[in-house]
Amino acid sequence: MHYTFNWSFFFKSIGGKETYLTWLVTAWEWTLTISFFGFLVAFILGAIVGIFRTTNNKYLVTFGNIWTEIFRNIPLLVQIFLWYHVIPHFIPIINKAPRIVLVVMAIGLFTSSRVSENFKSGIQSLSIAQKHAGLALGLNTLQLYWYALLPQAIRIIIPTLTSEAMNIIKNSSVAFAISIAELTMFAMQAQEETARGIEIYLVVSVLYFISAFAVNLISQFIEHKIKIPNQTFVKQ
Amino acid sequence: MNLDFSFFTLNIISNFIIKGLLFSIKLTLVTLVCGLIIGTMIAMMRLSKFKILNYPALGYVVLIRSLPFVMVILWVFILIPLVIGKSIGSENSAYITYIVFESAFYSEIMRSGIQSVKKEQMQAGYAVGLTYFQSMRYIILPQAFRNMLPVILTQTIVLFQDTSLVYAIGAYDLLKGFEIVSKNFNRPVEAYLIAAVVYFIICFSLSYGVKLTQRKVQIAK
Repeated sequence: MHYTFNWSFFFKSIGGKETYLTWLVTAWEWTLTISFFGFLVAFILGAIVGIFRTTNNKYLVTFGNIWTEIFRNIPLLVQIFLWYHVIPHFIPIINKAPRIVLVVMAIGLFTSSRVSENFKSGIQSLSIAQKHAGLALGLNTLQLYWYALLPQAIRIIIPTLTSEAMNIIKNSSVAFAISIAELTMFAMQAQEETARGIEIYLVVSVLYFISAFAVNLISQFIEHKIKIPNQTFVKQ
Repeated sequence: MNLDFSFFTLNIISNFIIKGLLFSIKLTLVTLVCGLIIGTMIAMMRLSKFKILNYPALGYVVLIRSLPFVMVILWVFILIPLVIGKSIGSENSAYITYIVFESAFYSEIMRSGIQSVKKEQMQAGYAVGLTYFQSMRYIILPQAFRNMLPVILTQTIVLFQDTSLVYAIGAYDLLKGFEIVSKNFNRPVEAYLIAAVVYFIICFSLSYGVKLTQRKVQIAK
């Protein structure tokens, strides 16, 4: 195997002032944008659905279970095609939305099923006495969750939420399927145009690695910031 | 709102869908078997006290797990022709990619499986005169495998879902079958709807099966 690296094409113009390098930077921004908003959707919906599944209301529990099963058992790529081809047919207004919204929704809902599992098991890992103490103090259900259960549960599940956030960065690569100019799409197209696949894939892989690593650092920072000293939450 | 599923005949299914489904299943099973074997070896390397075995295995797992699956698919697809000098086609490339990728994940599962077996079991193996490999083969690994069976199966369902990613290199899998039908008949709404339902039914029943196995494993303990 013999391969000579050649990086000069990165400065080649692709029209106007744009070069492969500026295209790469834009593509990275797309990846980060999709991941950020995808995680936001996944976190909010996953938290709500996960909380539903821990309540005593059997309708909320069933709703949460169905939600989780649906979004967990259909491959992400198929879900993206559902948002792209099928859902606009039933809700025409979605046709007007930019394609990135479709990807954010697809990735967000897909991941929300996994986030809901995290929230559910986080809340259920708390001692039942926490719930009883809250109720004894006269908190209503919303207050109970907001002041007593969630602050503890969220600290427990930060590590698993972190790996979900890192998964989202990796999963955002599936957006190539509907031609969003994120990193993987850039890798495929630039590879075809320049035939310098190795260099391009190397750079793109390093950028994915850096992104995931940054997420890890941020979450460690958050975990450290909100840590309660000498506190164990899990039931004995 | 007018959906028309009439184009979706038995003929279409046997011509376009079955071929893709069979490839997806074959890819899943081949990856499961080879990935588990290689993954177990990597796990044993990672648990070894020799740094020369330990570090490469750790590096491999960290590297694979930090890359998006699609990128690994693309990497293998351009690297293989470069190394062996000829193209091997997207289907064969997919087999190699999936084994390379999933080995890293199965190795993490097997590692925690091996660690879930008590240390004394290994010492008991040595005490009755077994070698390291014999104690692994006859004492540790069977228990590790049984403890981890639900996790292995869950990972395999994820693997089956991920077979749809061969889309990136154009291999003919289940999703590709539906894509071709959708283009031939210009009915993307119906085709992708059915695709989603088919994937859902397969994965949902498999994960229900996993739940039953989980119960059995727990009883056996």
